[in-house]
Amino acid sequence: MIRISINRTLLKKTTIYLVLVAIAAVLIIPLIWMLSASLKGNEEIFTIPPTWIPKEIHWENYAEVFNRMPFLAYLRNTTFITVLTIIGTVFSSSLVAYAFACLRWPGRDKIFIFVIATMMLPLHVIMIPLFVIFKELHWLNTYKPLIVPAFLGGGAFNIFLLRQFFLTIPRELFDAARIDGLSEWHIYWKIAMPLARPALITVAILTFMFTWNDFLGPLIYLSDQAKNTLALGLALFVGQYQTEWGILMAASIIMMIPMVAIFFFFQRYFIKGFAMSGMKG
Amino acid sequence: MSLYYSLCQYDVLRIPQYIGLENYRELLFEDPYFGISIWNTLVYTILRVPLAIGGSLILAVLANQAVRGIKFFRTVYFLPSIVTGVVLSVIWMWMFNPQIGLVNTALGWIGLPGPLWLQSTAWSKPGIALMSLWGVGGARMIVFIAALQGIPSSLYESVEIDGGGWWARFWHVTVPMLSPVIFLWSVLEIIFSFQVFTEAYVMTKGGPLDSTLFYNLYLYFKAFDDYEMGYASAMAWILLVITLAVTMLQFKLGKRWVHYTGGAPE
Repeated sequence: MIRISINRTLLKKTTIYLVLVAIAAVLIIPLIWMLSASLKGNEEIFTIPPTWIPKEIHWENYAEVFNRMPFLAYLRNTTFITVLTIIGTVFSSSLVAYAFACLRWPGRDKIFIFVIATMMLPLHVIMIPLFVIFKELHWLNTYKPLIVPAFLGGGAFNIFLLRQFFLTIPRELFDAARIDGLSEWHIYWKIAMPLARPALITVAILTFMFTWNDFLGPLIYLSDQAKNTLALGLALFVGQYQTEWGILMAASIIMMIPMVAIFFFFQRYFIKGFAMSGMKG
Repeated sequence: MSLYYSLCQYDVLRIPQYIGLENYRELLFEDPYFGISIWNTLVYTILRVPLAIGGSLILAVLANQAVRGIKFFRTVYFLPSIVTGVVLSVIWMWMFNPQIGLVNTALGWIGLPGPLWLQSTAWSKPGIALMSLWGVGGARMIVFIAALQGIPSSLYESVEIDGGGWWARFWHVTVPMLSPVIFLWSVLEIIFSFQVFTEAYVMTKGGPLDSTLFYNLYLYFKAFDDYEMGYASAMAWILLVITLAVTMLQFKLGKRWVHYTGGAPE
């Protein structure tokens, strides 16, 4: 009996690993090409048949990226914007989502549809009105248009995401807290927030990814080169050196490294140590 | 503001001229590309949304297995999603290359003839939809994994006691328990798919023969190539009305299949 069950677990483990490896292999192939292209000279990237290992390794592609833009200054700007945006987004979107998920008030669900509707207009069309508004506020060429909106709701996407998670928290928990005389503020902070921790970490990671990669926002609002972000620097870089694919690939790999690192280390916060406590079963 | 622009002739340089509903009339009754771009966008959406949601859900379940080294696999699955915009499109132009691209090379190994992908009217839309499968390990997978953490293990145990296998566990516990998040993505993915832009802009410019002229791409051409910002704004508001109708329908239908552990929002 015992031997059979050991064999079965072994078989199960092996199958899981085979599937995991197969999918990983398929997903990583284009990235390997990207890595290989980042070390190639321009002539070699489009040769037929394609080569996986560059004949001549061009490490200088990476050095060029650092030479051609003030990397550290851009990194500092990007970090500043990203950190503030994450703080603003997590707090304000969770507060709004709490109101949509856990409080009862007239017209709530109709207004919620309006919140979602803000995602339905293509960016190209709202760009000009937004620009005009921030111009009137004299916020152009500052970081305010990039940061302040995060503190005012944090975007429909995050609100919707957190609403869906708050709705899975048993209603009885809130009712019990209310009967105990806790204020709504207290319930939000002490009950809803801790229970939604994986979702909050998710919002933080996604906000990080988006803000880190966003070049359109900085492109529209910043005109002083010294204030540029990394993503904007990269995008302008693409425009300037459009045909130097090796350098472009090297630059995007440099851009990716912090995101991979953050994901690798932060994943444990939304995976580990969480159970729907309070109400078992 | 954008709504007001949609009632104007506005070339960005001069002050908007009010022309009433003229833009809407021309769009709905005269412009042949309006219908074509809506059709293309619909086909793309129908191909992409189930692929993206199903793919990322399966990936999330896999990446949530408690085996050694899972952090590494999870990171590998996440990696492609951070390649965005122009670089993403460049990589896939190479992948889809009919002669030297990896997609057709792989199809050749299993003896299938590779289509011309982005150069063929029949395969250009499925090709662009397929691209999105590569990024399934991004936001969608992460949100699904976060939601998986909220499923009490006692539910799985009770299915096992009833003699159910992995399929029963997936279908009777995972899917219903994740339904609030599946719902979230089915609403969002349709909104996003309706606005597909960058891939087509970089890779095909709407071709071949307008087969990838998506709605948002056409809107962009109108706004920034023809400088008809008023016309483009009118297009955007029509898109908003269509999307809003679909979303409201989804919320209505959602009441039937979405299961909130906390009780339905009343």
